[in-house]
Amino acid sequence: MSSEIIAKEKDIVVPGEVLAVGMDFLPSNGTYRNGDKIMASTVGLVNIKGKVIKLIPLRGKYNPKVGDTVIGKVSDILFSGWKVDIGCTNDAVLPLQEASSDYIQRGADLTMYFDLGDYITCKITNVTSQKLIDISANGPGLRKLGTGRLMNVSCNKVPRIIGKQGSMVNTIKEHTGSKIIVGQNGVVWVKNEDPVKELLTAQAIKMIEDNAHTPGLTDKVTSFLSR
Amino acid sequence: MKTEQKEHILDILDKGSRFDGRKFDEMRPVEVTYDISPNAEGSALVKIGNTEVMAGVKMSIEQPYPDTPENGNLSVNVELLPLSNPSFEPGPPSIDAIELARVIDRGIRESGCIDVKSLCIEPGKKVWTVFVDVCSINDDGNLKDAASLAAIAAIKNARFPEVVDGEVNYKKKTDKSVPLNGVPIEVTIVKLGNHFLVDPCPEEENVAEARLTLASLEDGTLCALQKGGQQPLTTEQIDKMIELSVTKAAELRSKL
Repeated sequence: MSSEIIAKEKDIVVPGEVLAVGMDFLPSNGTYRNGDKIMASTVGLVNIKGKVIKLIPLRGKYNPKVGDTVIGKVSDILFSGWKVDIGCTNDAVLPLQEASSDYIQRGADLTMYFDLGDYITCKITNVTSQKLIDISANGPGLRKLGTGRLMNVSCNKVPRIIGKQGSMVNTIKEHTGSKIIVGQNGVVWVKNEDPVKELLTAQAIKMIEDNAHTPGLTDKVTSFLSR
Repeated sequence: MKTEQKEHILDILDKGSRFDGRKFDEMRPVEVTYDISPNAEGSALVKIGNTEVMAGVKMSIEQPYPDTPENGNLSVNVELLPLSNPSFEPGPPSIDAIELARVIDRGIRESGCIDVKSLCIEPGKKVWTVFVDVCSINDDGNLKDAASLAAIAAIKNARFPEVVDGEVNYKKKTDKSVPLNGVPIEVTIVKLGNHFLVDPCPEEENVAEARLTLASLEDGTLCALQKGGQQPLTTEQIDKMIELSVTKAAELRSKL
């Protein structure tokens, strides 16, 4: 049986659109197989890599992946851990043994570690097929966030904010001297002792989010920051 | 987080700046558009920064209340639409919506800006009732000022509909506008630490210690007050807030 790709690279497709026919191709993120067809399940840009077809979503909720560093807000305290809102459909669970490198006594006051409403950086350790998410706050760079400015950006724009090997975020850090933590779920934490520079940092991040699809973004950001 | 967020915002304020980079007494750009709805007797859309509020005025002939047979009536209703803020829910008006409606109502009513006697057609039988409906389109902080400005702008914009044989013909408007004795403008001042801020952004609104909404007329006469927030205010602080609000009210009045 012959196979052919119907959608072109970088096409914008809508759910239900047929991307390819035949068994020679493999469906990946944002696509599914229906009979011998591969169809789109979200609105996004087509990305074809060899035999694998995937979609880069244009918007949508954060889709948790193991190994992602995210910023979450403590939404509930359980008997043996915390519930953390990371912007997914489900809250993530931070178990007691993953919260800290020190030993936490049974029955200890858990608010001593993380209280309701605290923001923490954490790593996703496990995602089940039912989208139950386990996270860990025990590792390098993972901690409770102190005072600072929190911003919500679209999680699909996070790769542009970070840039290739962190180039974009490093450009901003160099120009402003701000501390920036970008969570894969689209929560960004910014802090700078100088409020004017902190605002500039926040505006630069907003600008990247608004102009994420345009080329030459690094130059634009550099000229914006050195103005 | 509320405490940490507050600490951060206070820290910014102590360094002489605001969360969004404005001065303490600086408002965001204000824009007023009239006649946005052809079906209403008067309408206005007010934008303060990204905050957007729509107001419309409808008028009808109704029976007066028995205790005030010669007075026309005023009724203000506010709807906080769920599309304007993720925390607004559909359903019956929330406490915030009721408070907002009452604050706007009080500002207009107690200033005496509408001459209620002139709304009377036949004492004890027929008077005009002015309905003001306010809808939030987008809440980006300071809904109170935007809503009250939209309400008074819509009343200013209103024209009486034509009356034929005691029946109101809403299809045709006359040139007669609602008789106004003044324009009350409401300004909300928020207290955070030792600072007084006008036109708070949502982040500042969420952590504010106290807020005071003041309605004033052109000559600086105060006609309504509404205090909100957890912390008490001293008389010196209130004096300061009054002074600030009257100057800001003049600024807002020039936009009408």
